[in-house]
Amino acid sequence: MLRIKPDQKQRVTLTVNGKLVSGYAQPRLLLTDFLRHEMGMYGTHVGCEHGVCGACTIIIDDVATRSCLRYAVQCDGLELRTVEGLAEPDGKLNTLQKAFNENGALQCGFCTAGILMSATKFLQDNPKPDRDEIKEMLSGHICRCTGYEQIVRAIFQASGQ
Amino acid sequence: MVAETISPIPSAVRVPIKFYPIALDRVRYVGEPIAVVIAEDRYVAEDALELISVDYEALPATADPEAAMADNATLLHEDVGSNVVHHRTFQYGDPDGAFERADRVVKLDWRYPRYASTPMETYGMVANFEKQPDRYTIWSNFQGPFILHALMTGALGVPGNRLRLITSPHSGGSFGIKQAMFPYMVLLAACSRLLGCPVKWIEDRLEHLTASSTGADRADGVEAAFSKDGELLALKFNNIVNVGAFVRAPEPASVYRMHSASNGCYRVRDIAVENRLVVTNTTPIGLNRGYGGPQFYYALERVMDAGAKALAIDPAEIRRRNFIQPEQFPYKAPAGATYDSGNYETGLKKALDLAAYDALKEAREEARAEGKLFGIGMAAGIEPSGSNMAYVTLAQTPEERAKAGGRSGGLGTATVSVDPSGSVTVKTVSTPAGQGHQTVAAQVVADALGLRPDQIDVITEVDTLTSAWSLASGNYANRFSAVVIGAIANAAEKVATKIKLIAAENLEVAPEDIELVGGNAQVVGVPEKALPVRRLAAQTHWHPAGLPEQMEPGLFETTIMNPEMLDAPDDQDRVASAVTFGYVFDLAAVEIHKDTGKIEVVKYVSVHDVGNVLNEIVVEGQIYGGFAHGIAGALLEEFVYDAGANPQAGTFADYLCITAPEIPDLTIGHFNTPSPHNTLGAKGMGDGSSMLAPTAIANAAADALDTFDVNLPLTLNKNWSAANGRPYERAGAAKAKVGDGPREEGAVEGGLKGEGTVELSASPIEVWELLLDPDTLAAVVPGCEELTQLSDDSFSAEVKIGVAGIKGVYSARIDLRDKIEGESVRLVGKASGGLGFGQGEGVVELEHISENRTRLSYSYSANVGGKVAAVGQRMLGTVTKLLIGQFFRGFDKRLRNVNGNSRRVSIGAILKRLFQGRY
Ligand code: FES
Ligand code: FES
Repeated sequence: MLRIKPDQKQRVTLTVNGKLVSGYAQPRLLLTDFLRHEMGMYGTHVGCEHGVCGACTIIIDDVATRSCLRYAVQCDGLELRTVEGLAEPDGKLNTLQKAFNENGALQCGFCTAGILMSATKFLQDNPKPDRDEIKEMLSGHICRCTGYEQIVRAIFQASGQ
Repeated sequence: MVAETISPIPSAVRVPIKFYPIALDRVRYVGEPIAVVIAEDRYVAEDALELISVDYEALPATADPEAAMADNATLLHEDVGSNVVHHRTFQYGDPDGAFERADRVVKLDWRYPRYASTPMETYGMVANFEKQPDRYTIWSNFQGPFILHALMTGALGVPGNRLRLITSPHSGGSFGIKQAMFPYMVLLAACSRLLGCPVKWIEDRLEHLTASSTGADRADGVEAAFSKDGELLALKFNNIVNVGAFVRAPEPASVYRMHSASNGCYRVRDIAVENRLVVTNTTPIGLNRGYGGPQFYYALERVMDAGAKALAIDPAEIRRRNFIQPEQFPYKAPAGATYDSGNYETGLKKALDLAAYDALKEAREEARAEGKLFGIGMAAGIEPSGSNMAYVTLAQTPEERAKAGGRSGGLGTATVSVDPSGSVTVKTVSTPAGQGHQTVAAQVVADALGLRPDQIDVITEVDTLTSAWSLASGNYANRFSAVVIGAIANAAEKVATKIKLIAAENLEVAPEDIELVGGNAQVVGVPEKALPVRRLAAQTHWHPAGLPEQMEPGLFETTIMNPEMLDAPDDQDRVASAVTFGYVFDLAAVEIHKDTGKIEVVKYVSVHDVGNVLNEIVVEGQIYGGFAHGIAGALLEEFVYDAGANPQAGTFADYLCITAPEIPDLTIGHFNTPSPHNTLGAKGMGDGSSMLAPTAIANAAADALDTFDVNLPLTLNKNWSAANGRPYERAGAAKAKVGDGPREEGAVEGGLKGEGTVELSASPIEVWELLLDPDTLAAVVPGCEELTQLSDDSFSAEVKIGVAGIKGVYSARIDLRDKIEGESVRLVGKASGGLGFGQGEGVVELEHISENRTRLSYSYSANVGGKVAAVGQRMLGTVTKLLIGQFFRGFDKRLRNVNGNSRRVSIGAILKRLFQGRY
């Protein structure tokens, strides 16, 4: 096992949204801070840093994951999907994003990045969810603005039912 | 040092409280800043934080306003001479006379919990001080500038133009909470000045939950006088506001926001109000969604239900009988508000229809027949929007106000401009936090100019140096649709008028004959005779000489409007507190499950009057959002403090934000009466059910439980106790003494308790000896840096422990009592460190299993205080278990290694593990 000293920076290479990127991180650097401050990818938001709010959710190796509960060095070599990877390369919103937009599923938008990532993975596993299943999935996220209803509708709409 | 750069920040309460953004000499609440650490990055700053050690001399502390009002209570601010820092009584009409005439008087009192909307994005700011000229610039997600800019310049000792506030165009939620960041902005500004470089702070969640702001918890009471047929004759409100350790502006506004509408939706005219503000050792309160509304309606609408019950009148019917009638609008309320429009009875009928009220009542009877606890509750309320800043000055007597000079108004500003290329920009000073201001503003301006919304850019960032702003500017009190949108519409109208004038001259018709449609200015009904708006607009820049006579060149129209009704309070303490008055009627039906305490909201209907709807999705989103906050306050969310005023909910694991599955289905209805108080007929909205849901749910629960004695939040534990006739005790309560507060002997809310057993690979006597051996303990206690045996029965230790990111070194002392060698010992200990302190006791018992096996059982109860307590029981509990597990694993390993050696023993360490372990 590789041993790293506390203040020694370690090279971290990740595939983020299909692109190989790398940077340096102390062992204690959170993945969220690595993404935001080292990679300049501010799409992933941080709402609590203790794993409850879900704002920081991204997809790591095909699993929806709280990025605030991971160290960057733990993710060396892994494949990440973040909210920046959802829209088409030309900036066109994908189906889920469009549904959010049309249904007023975001107000301040702070929780949105995490919810979009969870919902992406969720719809992949459960393409035709009912409203209760959507709510159950959303229970891993805190949104203070919307009261969730319009988010539920957006995800339901995106599932094409 | 910082404090030397800053003067205290004043409030509308004129008492000798010195409110600095950082504690000087005395710390009054957990979360109050005591030091600022500035480093190159946050990780380094957090390292530095661990190095700070503070010696506190403990003073008694309480979070309970009633305890703080007691005669012998320790004063938070000695110079004030009392913890009641504000006390005023008001009288409108002849309430005493009305109470004498009444057939029935109903009286309630209760505690309203402290909760907050906790925006997902925390405070964030960068402050920079530059010389020549000396100027502070602060970039932030502030919700101001509001009157707070003036307070900040006062604290920093600079004229207004030397404090430049730039707020971001978007903010990740606020709900009022982001008004309270201004003391931190002052603090950072001072740091920047001292260091000569820009400084940045992003608040973390623990800081937010312990030290930002919350709504007010209160210890209120109300009396209502009724005639026998249900006429509400008079009201007496007795409000006791727990304002926190300081009166932070705009407090005491929370208790005055609803004041001038103290009659709610009713015709009652004889009203008495008594307001007291009490300081306690808690975080200062501030704006929070519904600001003062939830607490006010909890009084009024619960006592309406109580009156209905006392008089055996249906609760919907008693409200209907007392409603202000449609033809009475505009309605002058006894305490000064002017209600713009409404039709409360129709709104109520709509709600009853949507809820199928009669069927619901039948369902209640059926459920009750089956022994179920089923209840229906309702609440009606008006929603004041677009505040008159002057309502805060009700905190002063008419004489004090006269001396201070007049205060009134709620200026709204907006600028609509067209640049030389013909593109349109709207500037508002109303930083949105997700309320869709851009969408609505673009729509309104597009309509006025005959353009498409996507052709309009809406700039919402505020720059106090360059924006047109005023004291009332900011995003609060639902100002946007009540006031700001009117200013926008007005400015757009000015631009449209100019364009029409130019078009009229070019097309040789009268300006009245020009309409702006589809991007063109055209002669009404003659689309062929048209000129593009863009070209006409451009002409004001490119060819000013060719403009109609007397027209000013350029298209840059700013409107500053003050809603005319917003005057200063009169000498009878009457004030028009707001511009528009929306209406909300909520109805809830709940079932409380006896066996689990679960409260199930089986039906919830909410009917709104928001005036003309500016944008349906935005309005709907606000209603759902407000509803979620109201339900959360009713069922889940609370900032709990223990008896020693230690906050217990510092993470989202203990502050239980409501999530999707917990929100009941909501049926929304509309009954809109356009407001005559603004150009678009819109009313402010957004508080909505956040004000009424707590009351509607409480009324429903009271109906289900057949008692008026219910207290929010209606947690499982509370409901179960009530449903089963048991006294309610908060989970995790432990007896402990923290400080010498007035409630020192009371059950400590949120204490830690635990017990467990482990099997160890040695005989009881070996375990015993090793357990009391300082060397062993020093080696196996996680984080133990130093351990000293002071006497046979006492130890001291230094332990470094981190809980949820709060790391610190703690000094502990443990005494052994009731030792029975090889069998049991009781341990009593306490520990303290920079970030917290605690005390507790535990018992360890050893039991022989077989030759080399011993069962060790332990139990402990402890109480922690200070910042670390705020990470909450859930995390503390988990960390405690983790540390205990770690300890015994290490211990067992050591036992095996040294098996056979005789050793001296030290249970102290276990205790240390058990107790300080979690501090
Ligand atoms: S920031 Fe990761 S869960 Fe809240
Ligand atoms: S949209 Fe603001 S927190 Fe979800």
